[in-house]
Amino acid sequence: MHRIEVCTKPDLKDVIGASLRRSIMEDLGIRPQSIRIIKAFSMDIPFSIKQLESAAKKVFTDPITQICSVNSPLAAGFDFDWLVEIGFKPGVTDNEGRTAKESLEIFTAKKLNGSVFSSTQYLFVGGNREEIELIVEKMLANPLIERWQVFSADEWKLRGKRGLPLPIVIAQKKPKVKEFNLNVSDEKLEALSEMRTLSLTVQELKIFRDYFKNKDVLKKRKKLGLKGNPTDAELECFAQTQSEHCKHKVFNSLIKYTEESRTHKIDGLFKTFIAGATQKIRNSSKNDFCVSVFNDNAGIIAFDENHNLAFKVETHNSPSALDPYGGALTGIVGVNRDILGAGLGAKPIFNTNVLCFGSPFTSEEKIPKTVLHPKRVLKGVRLGIEHGGNRIGIPTVNGTVFFDDSFIVRPLVFCGTCGLMPSIVKGKRSHLKKAMPGDKIVMVGGRIGKDGIHGATFSSMKLAEGSPVSAVQIGAPIVQKRMQDLLLEARDKGLFDSITDNGAGGLSSSVGEMALQSNGAELWLERAPLKYPGLQPWEILLSEAQERMTLAVPPEKLDEFLSLCRERDVEATVIGEFNDSGFFQVKYGKKTVLFLSLDFLHNGLPKMELEAEWSAPNFKEPAIENTTEFTSVLKKMLSHLNVCSKEWIVRQYDHEVLGNTIIKPLMGKYNDGPSDSAVLKVLPDSWQGVVVSNGMNPVFGEIDTYHMAANCIDEAIRNAVASGADPERIALLDNFCWPDPKFDSKKNPDGKKKLGKLVRACRACFDSAIEFGVPFISGKDSLSGDREINGVKHSIKPTLLISAIGLIEDVRFAVSIDAKHPGDLIYVLGVTRNELGGSLFYQMHGAIGKSVPVVNAKKFKKLYTALHKAIMNGLVQSCHDCSEGGLAVALVETAFSGMLGLNVDLSKIPMNGIEEDWQLLFSESAGRFVVTVKKENQNEFEGLLSGNDFALVGETIDSLDLLVLGLSGDAIIEADVIELKNAWQKTLKW
Amino acid sequence: MKVKALVLSGEGINCDYETALAFSLAGAESKRVHINDLIAGWEKLEEFHIIAFPGGFSFGDHLGAGKALANKIKNAFSQGTKLFDGLKDFIENGRLVIGICNGFQVLVKLGLLPALKAQGNQEVSLFFNDSARFEDRWVKLKVNKTNCVFTRGIERIDLPCRHAEGKFVADRKTINELWKNSLVVMQYADDSYNPSYRYPLNPNGSIDAIAGICDKTGRVFGLMPHPEAFLFFENHPQWTRLRNKFINIDEMPKKGDGQKIFENAVDYIKMHF
Repeated sequence: MHRIEVCTKPDLKDVIGASLRRSIMEDLGIRPQSIRIIKAFSMDIPFSIKQLESAAKKVFTDPITQICSVNSPLAAGFDFDWLVEIGFKPGVTDNEGRTAKESLEIFTAKKLNGSVFSSTQYLFVGGNREEIELIVEKMLANPLIERWQVFSADEWKLRGKRGLPLPIVIAQKKPKVKEFNLNVSDEKLEALSEMRTLSLTVQELKIFRDYFKNKDVLKKRKKLGLKGNPTDAELECFAQTQSEHCKHKVFNSLIKYTEESRTHKIDGLFKTFIAGATQKIRNSSKNDFCVSVFNDNAGIIAFDENHNLAFKVETHNSPSALDPYGGALTGIVGVNRDILGAGLGAKPIFNTNVLCFGSPFTSEEKIPKTVLHPKRVLKGVRLGIEHGGNRIGIPTVNGTVFFDDSFIVRPLVFCGTCGLMPSIVKGKRSHLKKAMPGDKIVMVGGRIGKDGIHGATFSSMKLAEGSPVSAVQIGAPIVQKRMQDLLLEARDKGLFDSITDNGAGGLSSSVGEMALQSNGAELWLERAPLKYPGLQPWEILLSEAQERMTLAVPPEKLDEFLSLCRERDVEATVIGEFNDSGFFQVKYGKKTVLFLSLDFLHNGLPKMELEAEWSAPNFKEPAIENTTEFTSVLKKMLSHLNVCSKEWIVRQYDHEVLGNTIIKPLMGKYNDGPSDSAVLKVLPDSWQGVVVSNGMNPVFGEIDTYHMAANCIDEAIRNAVASGADPERIALLDNFCWPDPKFDSKKNPDGKKKLGKLVRACRACFDSAIEFGVPFISGKDSLSGDREINGVKHSIKPTLLISAIGLIEDVRFAVSIDAKHPGDLIYVLGVTRNELGGSLFYQMHGAIGKSVPVVNAKKFKKLYTALHKAIMNGLVQSCHDCSEGGLAVALVETAFSGMLGLNVDLSKIPMNGIEEDWQLLFSESAGRFVVTVKKENQNEFEGLLSGNDFALVGETIDSLDLLVLGLSGDAIIEADVIELKNAWQKTLKW
Repeated sequence: MKVKALVLSGEGINCDYETALAFSLAGAESKRVHINDLIAGWEKLEEFHIIAFPGGFSFGDHLGAGKALANKIKNAFSQGTKLFDGLKDFIENGRLVIGICNGFQVLVKLGLLPALKAQGNQEVSLFFNDSARFEDRWVKLKVNKTNCVFTRGIERIDLPCRHAEGKFVADRKTINELWKNSLVVMQYADDSYNPSYRYPLNPNGSIDAIAGICDKTGRVFGLMPHPEAFLFFENHPQWTRLRNKFINIDEMPKKGDGQKIFENAVDYIKMHF
């Protein structure tokens, strides 16, 4: 074993160590005097010391800023009280280790046997053992993927100098195929489902069992040497294919729905309300721009005659709860692959992310022991999104962070990606793909390990030393970037017929689904490249190891494709062949380990039948004491986690790589105001642009998920329109994250109510989409928003994220939210009503309330269309939507983003049922904007808006004063804009 | 004549598309070339006038930003000769090299910038930002009078910085040499475009606020900010405020200030080849 160590020169400041020390002081209140970091690369590769010393200097070390050593610990040269070394467990993706080995191969000009493993040493001055161990546990290491050692200086001298043992995976088992006798009692079937985490009911397992009793099936199996019992591969593959994740059983189920004692049947929420709305809109639309909806990895719309856009948003919740960094990173690179596998493949052009966490300021005692603190989750997820976007070169342009205590035990991480594709590739329409009989099944990208097999469920099992970690995956951006470059090149050369990503279910899903295109496939598992030996055939089939795509390559193009892969340093392996046998056959060597009819595999189970019920909750409006202290209320509101500046998070994302981002996440006089949406100019020779935005508000769902969903849709559309999107050319994605809605008298007694809430939300999706004339093009559901901790079930608030993608005819007319010059006119568009149910104002008074905002989509659409016309006529100086915190917050954000004051008379705004100033200021009625317009454009602007609810309410002023008059004509807010801005910026200024 | 620009791609280079666009908008025939195609000899360096090392995260920035790609370039053989020697000949023959962000880090680690004494030895470095984090932030830059080909006629420019390792460091003697030889092309600056040492105007804590340098020939240029991200007026974060100066959109500038850097390169080649 050899070991190279590298660290910052002793006379330079260890910037990363110092930054870590600051975080430790802030987050844990522990004050080490200093921290120095040493990077170690251990290897089981034979080298001469001379050769290694040369490599250490030339490959691993920056001569200006770093020093290095070979087989002699650098720590010996430093004074320290404690030394911690952290390294990965066996089988965990080690990106630095991989690059180190590659670089050594380049340096020595030969392929090397063995591996390089990276680890990190932290040298602490000050602190005691207890404190150091707390730092490791809370901030540095994650026991699911990492191992560590803590030494005092004396201990280290005695026995620490060798460093951590190498995390080499020890192959444990010979390949073996198990068979299962399913002719057993219901209890045993249930136990089997539980033990192997199949998530199949007894009923479903019996249907599976009976498939093998069919004589024809038996005869065919006998020929292949298979018996009447299913193999482990068959059982796992069937369970995976029929999982909620893959088949969306709840969204396709037959539902008996009862509302206010009236009952009716719904045949599929998805078919009825989501796809149903899209179908209806497309049928009646004159300019239908949908190209491919719901039946691919992403929704595809037309951008112009020659280009399409593919958009998809995924969730990655459970992995992010266990390992926030790895979970978010794999979420991003995973949804990127959905785009690379949409049609024949699109080039990712931007990422989005919406995150739901508990408050980062939650006290330690309130966090259950097995749960990571929300601040750690936030920081880890943020870093994962940073690396996922920045390192692959995709700008992260839009997102939200929403804080609510229900997300402490189960954070939500939504990752979105949009891609651009030429509509014709090599004479073929790029959104269509079809694997043909005879095409080779080629796996491209990373290798297969035990990563992600059965996901989180294995994480609680005790693992023996040397056994690879399967619980969580870490993405490898550079591996994926190489693959992305290769795939786009191969697409343009027309080298494959079909493509899909390896996500959930790995090869079993990707090949199992592509086999439907040709009507059959034969897979050769022994050929699949493995990260380490010792995987069982079913594990190779099910592994969710990252950075892999499956392609159908015609035999005549195989050589060209494989040699292109070699030239691009991307591993590609032929692992089977598509056919038209009607069967999915999987072999390991000569032995068949899986043989299932495609029809049974995909359609073998009947629709689930579920019950749902809903009745309006009995909420009351809270009694609000009349107050005149609006300025202090406003400041508190601006500092609230769900309003405050997210600059600390956003600034660390690259939001303009590729050079397309026109409306950036932070805009305004000092580039720090919060944009409503992002606008991108995506083609060099066209002024047409793409607009992206989102809408989400789980608090409204506490009152009624119908109105929650309607508001989400309105907010997403409104945000897009505010920046310049054409309301006639917007499409939506839905992402439902819900607590389990399947009723079970013991395990889930309120399942019917949860399903009732889901039905209400889906209905609103249908109604609002149709009234706005805005279709859904793709979506996803994650209906496992529960986590049991010490026997107590914690559930998230039902959450719906609506992501909107729109087009703007000419990006040169796009609008930002900041007020531009003194003397501009301020308009409020839309009606303010007494709708504070679920508002931030009520929440700050410890209440939810009842009067949730109601969306009048038809009326709003008319207003948005008029506003869009005004924007495209160059009449709008700034435009900002009203959301959390209502009109008050929207006005203040407009002012401080432009660093101007405002004089506003709110008694003039269009209102209905408003009696108090606090209602006026803080109501969260939908469909409203704050707009500024140059005086010279007053008549033209008002002319275009006529027939809609809007009013001129004031002017921007040169001094930094905010003066707001209330209903009685008295000043209700007099404040300094800088002070308000400080209140808004201070909360998350880390 | 046709000016030909090679824009390196692959291995985690991310800004190759927009860098290639920058050169074609400037009138060059630009081509994205995978580094492996250059090594394999499918593409030949000597057939180009300009080579660009774009921004990105080559090899994921593992082992330090730009380090692993520099290692690959230094050790690769292309058709029997060292790729690195070919690159040195390319410079010797009067052609142009630009490295942006990660590309600048690569040129520095290859020892092609500033190359005060000789090519091939690293003399300066780009170290972790003082903030210890990646930031995407537009900066103002003062452009000094140097013989850098790329910045002719430019006195000031606004560009985005997007990096975690961009703090320009070297010992004082080397820094003095840079000044003596007029190699400091760009400095981070305040609102009046005077060099600034204050965060976030100087976003990374660079010594002497150095943002970009050239070699003694003026034909090898490296900078941390991204000129290829400002090809259009609408890239500027203030553009929705600046557009009020113009009567209508047809009056608005058709290009961004970053474009000039690429045009200078193309003009230089047209004059000298």
